[in-house]
Amino acid sequence: MPRTVKNTGIKQKKRSEPGEYSSLLSKKELNKLLYNMKLHRESEERILKLYRQGKIVGGVYTGSGMEAIAVGSAYALEDEDILVPLHRDMGAHIVRGNPLKRIFCQYLGRANGPTKGRDGNMHMGDPELNIYGMVSHLGTMMPVALGAALAGRMRGEKTVALTYIGDGGASIGDFHEALNMASVLKAGLVLVVENNQYAYSTPNSYQYNSKNIADRAIGYNIPGVIVDGNDILDVYEAVRKAVLDAKAGKGPTLIEAKTMRMHGHSAHDDHKYVPPEKLEEWRAKDPILRFEDHLRKSKVFTEKELEKLHDKVLMEIEEAVEFAEKSPLPEGHEALEGVYAD
Amino acid sequence: MVKPVTYIEAISQGLREEMRNDESVFCLGEDIGVYGGAFKVTKGFLDEFGRDRILDTPLAESAILGTAVGAALNGMRPVAEMQFADFVTSGFNQIVNNAAKVHYRWGGKVPMVVRLPCGGGVHGGPYHSQNVEAWFFRVPGLKIVAPSFPYDAKGLLKAAIRDNNPVLYMEHKYLYRRIKEVLPDDDYIVPIGRGIIRREGNDVTVVTYGSTVHLALEAAEELEKEGFYVEVVDMLSILPFDKELMLDSAKKTGKVLVLHEDTLTGGVGAEFSAVITENAFEYLDAPVRRLASIDTPVPYSPKLEEFFMPNTEKVLKSLRELLAY
Ligand SMILES: Cc1ncc(C[n+]2csc(CCOP(=O)(O)OP(=O)(O)O)c2C)c(N)n1
Ligand SMILES: [Mg+2]
Repeated sequence: MPRTVKNTGIKQKKRSEPGEYSSLLSKKELNKLLYNMKLHRESEERILKLYRQGKIVGGVYTGSGMEAIAVGSAYALEDEDILVPLHRDMGAHIVRGNPLKRIFCQYLGRANGPTKGRDGNMHMGDPELNIYGMVSHLGTMMPVALGAALAGRMRGEKTVALTYIGDGGASIGDFHEALNMASVLKAGLVLVVENNQYAYSTPNSYQYNSKNIADRAIGYNIPGVIVDGNDILDVYEAVRKAVLDAKAGKGPTLIEAKTMRMHGHSAHDDHKYVPPEKLEEWRAKDPILRFEDHLRKSKVFTEKELEKLHDKVLMEIEEAVEFAEKSPLPEGHEALEGVYAD
Repeated sequence: MVKPVTYIEAISQGLREEMRNDESVFCLGEDIGVYGGAFKVTKGFLDEFGRDRILDTPLAESAILGTAVGAALNGMRPVAEMQFADFVTSGFNQIVNNAAKVHYRWGGKVPMVVRLPCGGGVHGGPYHSQNVEAWFFRVPGLKIVAPSFPYDAKGLLKAAIRDNNPVLYMEHKYLYRRIKEVLPDDDYIVPIGRGIIRREGNDVTVVTYGSTVHLALEAAEELEKEGFYVEVVDMLSILPFDKELMLDSAKKTGKVLVLHEDTLTGGVGAEFSAVITENAFEYLDAPVRRLASIDTPVPYSPKLEEFFMPNTEKVLKSLRELLAY
């Protein structure tokens, strides 16, 4: 499996050796990566089913085809670090320990979900798990991650904050404000650009007029790294390096993960604006199949083990769905609670 | 001899004391460190607290406010300075869509303060004079305070810093060096959400906050010479606001002038007057009146600005009309 951690064409500083960090992953850890990617994929498939049954009243956005980015990046964090995920990063929540049961409660608007039914889908956070919930407004969370990293540093901790942005969200002002300020303050910020080539229906050629988003790093005098977003080890490698750099006080890193959004923008979107050939081309690079293949070929897992793992994923999801469907909806008057903290 | 303290010194004192008391308090903003802030609120702070806690930032309001949100979520108590309140619009989203909604949505706490040097009368023109409270007033999850005297400037700032919610702290530039008073030595706070009666009277009530408290007091002084007693209610907190205090006074005098320096339409005064009309209608002897700046941008040239803003004459005129009912 090729691991192509490399810099942008502009900045040619050497990054980590190929496989420097990912080669250290144990069988147990590789298992966890695969397991979490599958949980991400299959949970969202299940959520889509619930959506089509009319059980999810709001929007559903999936990260289908992008699981390697969500899982591989979040896996590179330490417990004390802060995760600020976006709308396609279900796998990052799962890696971080956000329980599936609570996640399904969130989608079904239940009282015991992380937002108690006050917000939907991926708009969830958990103060205990150091997950900060996204707001809809893309870009808004980038300076928040920066601030969280700084706060840790002020207390003498080596906190890193990891957040994400899409190819579309990278056009908004906060992208510049956050990266510039993070660079000036040498903050422990790791920003992963999930370049899935579309922002809703808008293709990259309508979004920015350069080859790579990572090229912008040169303007901030920070490392800009491009990774194969469909190769979980490549993602992990780059993010791990960035996390360790940040902990060593070397400041922020901008990582661009090239990938493809395999579903429509949201469950209602027919995805017709993407040429079918393009989807076929990317289907062949499916991050989960590729990783399974790699594990099979390198004889880390047997076929049987892989099958067992898949069954376990489906079982865990069914348990979570059952739990969520049995959970109570919040009562109307509960809308009044929690506007202010005590 | 005890020295009187200006409004701006009171702000500095409050901030310095909180930074000494609590290591999680830090400041961030443009030109606040080496330079001590555009108005010198943080003068000398860099030497005492160091660069980590007096954080000079790039010119980037959204990043400043977003950083404050993130630091607050991660256990700190940031005090973000907007160089002028007017510039808060460049970070509006961070306040109304992020800071204000975090706790409601997923339970994170955002104990941050945004210092907003606001207000006119200083020939700042359209972009260095605005009162920004109405933009935020209807955003659940925020708190807004607007002190009028040094005592409250200090006590409200301390309360704001200790509060576990985002608090917008409106500090009026015109008052900075014009108002002085002797402050107590003890570590006091002024609780958020409560106003006070600045001056008692039975004939008519002025409900106000911030700079216009002083206009109301001047007008009250003047009218007392004519035998009319004006009650001045200083709200101090705009969100949440002290309904009870406001309504008690309205019921007592039966005539109310709602007064503020922000422009009239859709201003905080519209809500105040609605609350009074809704809850004290049977006690009123006259319609609730509003006096505010006219509905234009804040003009620059002296005569224009004078025409734009409330002043003591205008307050007197409004009060006389109410008294004549
Ligand atoms: C500031 C802002 N404007 C508009 C939207 C509506 N919107 C939601 S997702 C989206 C497309 C985002 O594209 P991208 O950043 O590439 O992320 P992707 O969904 O492709 O992962 C848009 C326009 C939004 N959420 N935030
Ligand atoms: Mg995209």
